[in-house]
Amino acid sequence: MGALSIRDVRKSYQGTEILKGINLEIEKGELLILVGPSGCGKSTLLSMIAGLDTVTSGEIRIGDRVVNNLSPKDRDIAMVFQSYALYPSMTVRENISFGLEIRKVGKAEQQKIVERVAHTLQIGHLLDRKPSQLSGGQRQRVAMGRAIARDPSLFLFDEPLSNLDAKLRVEMRVEIKQLHQRMGTTIVYVTHDQIEAMTLGDKIAVMKAGEVQQFGTPQQIYDNPANLFVAGFMGSPSMNFIPARVEAMGSGHGVRLESGANTYVFPAVSANGKLKSWEGKEVVFGIRPEQITHKVESGLVGEHMATATMPISLTEPTGPDTLVLVPVNGREVTCRVHPAHARAPGENMDLMFDLSKAVYFDPASELRIA
Amino acid sequence: MAELFQTRNTGHTIGRVIVYGLLVLVCFYYLMPLFVMVTTSLKSLDEIRAGNLLSLPQDPNLDAWGKAWSSACTGVQCEGLAGFFWNSVSFVVPAVLISTLIGAVNGYVLTMWRFRGSDLLFGLLMIGCFIPFQVVLLPMARTLGAMGIANSTAGLVFVHVVYGLAFTTLFFRNYYVTIPDELVKAAKIDGAGFWLIFRRIILPLSAPIIVVSIIWQFTQVWNDFLFGVVFSSGERQPITVALNNLVNTSTGVKEYNVDMAAAIIAALPTLFVYVVAGKYFVRGLTAGAVKG
Repeated sequence: MGALSIRDVRKSYQGTEILKGINLEIEKGELLILVGPSGCGKSTLLSMIAGLDTVTSGEIRIGDRVVNNLSPKDRDIAMVFQSYALYPSMTVRENISFGLEIRKVGKAEQQKIVERVAHTLQIGHLLDRKPSQLSGGQRQRVAMGRAIARDPSLFLFDEPLSNLDAKLRVEMRVEIKQLHQRMGTTIVYVTHDQIEAMTLGDKIAVMKAGEVQQFGTPQQIYDNPANLFVAGFMGSPSMNFIPARVEAMGSGHGVRLESGANTYVFPAVSANGKLKSWEGKEVVFGIRPEQITHKVESGLVGEHMATATMPISLTEPTGPDTLVLVPVNGREVTCRVHPAHARAPGENMDLMFDLSKAVYFDPASELRIA
Repeated sequence: MAELFQTRNTGHTIGRVIVYGLLVLVCFYYLMPLFVMVTTSLKSLDEIRAGNLLSLPQDPNLDAWGKAWSSACTGVQCEGLAGFFWNSVSFVVPAVLISTLIGAVNGYVLTMWRFRGSDLLFGLLMIGCFIPFQVVLLPMARTLGAMGIANSTAGLVFVHVVYGLAFTTLFFRNYYVTIPDELVKAAKIDGAGFWLIFRRIILPLSAPIIVVSIIWQFTQVWNDFLFGVVFSSGERQPITVALNNLVNTSTGVKEYNVDMAAAIIAALPTLFVYVVAGKYFVRGLTAGAVKG
């Protein structure tokens, strides 16, 4: 029995199905990320877990209770909102203790909890201020304080960092992760930001158009995307998708790539023979930028490594790496190379492809072939 | 370059002169009657007959005010406006407070606790803003009769609450639309119910719109003549009706100074409310004007 389980949950508004049968389950202490583009239904799902929205069909369990028909206050949850939703007329202290007061926690006990929460989040000096006197990051902290004060069995975060500037967002991300590790709480966290998803999640559910596209650990989702959407959504810069023909090659198969004047056939070492029925047909060859790098002269050359010389059309230095764009089969393909090895646009460059993690998709159904 | 600035500055100055000129003119236009009323109320009858309408009183005294307040004739009795002033206070205060409170609850429900048909209901309520007083007189008289509160202070309060609800609901609804839903959601998760959220979260944010509603309702109800004259009689009449009777009493000499003092007395409470809370009025009216 998980801490939260969602079974075949559906939601429709006036005949339009917004969630089309969601199944998810997490254990106590896990941090589940719901990630997807806007309109994918992730926030609706969170609202339904919170009890702010009704479930059309299916079942939501928190712990061992079915909560479908329980009001939000009886679900033993706390929520952090995108706008923080701090009560403007109350001080920070009152904001944090409001929920405790309603639950008839004694005054002395309230005081103790507020002090503890303030200490955990380092907001002790802000307790007597009003929310309007706080900065964005401080409001964020108070909103989290309000949530942890009640010590619920499930925390819900609705895009909590999207109103912060980039630097603060990274800081708060680290803090949320530390808080989660320290307190061992179960969290459902909604975001549209794939980096937040990768860095924070124990489990990620990638959603699109009311369906879970893939549910797994961050690494599973990154290395083994179930379809073209997931592969493209997770990772930055995103995975290269190259339309390529499958050809017989020795005992296995390969994909045919053209760049500049050269043509290469790369062995599909990671395909395990699954491309047999695709011989002569076109597939989408997916390879992440970090799997294409400058050529290393010594070692590392095995069956899964392929080299090619390609003309550079553009370079984008990021600091630690330089992104080099080369044309392959009519697409611009991004390669991540060491700045010292990057060549100038217009020149040719020797590149090395690590094919062990390459993936192959059906161009029509967009599902993974191998 | 210098010339360019020059012309721009000149144009600017001319514009300012026109703007301020117009403002002064409008101020003058509005303040003139008040000036005449105040000065006239401080003059003696002889002086009024002899002198210029615009001249300052030679020997200002409050005799006319005293008479208007306690001994001027309003029809048969000659007890001044005092009793009627307190009549007005006794039904205006409850009517204003009750209609404001119900308007606040209506606005809260129509924005934070929407239900099927709530927008339609709001639309229908708005029609109430456009119904002229005269239309409701007869049905209201029947209703008050049926309720057994005809010709009473309670009846007058009821009439004004019902008539004012459309406006107060509109004010509060448009104000609450600007308050983020997430506040109410957060409070629900914190465990607060309908009334607790209203009392602890929503009402403390409502000061500007409460002021608007109070000023609006106070002005409307205090200044009302028609409902007052129709739904009350004799000693229970509001000050507006008494003022009318005082001015129209045809026995004896026409005492302009007393008439003026009485008119100012009748207008003072609304002026007082506006002066005390006026700056919130404009602020509150424009808040929520964008979203609707």
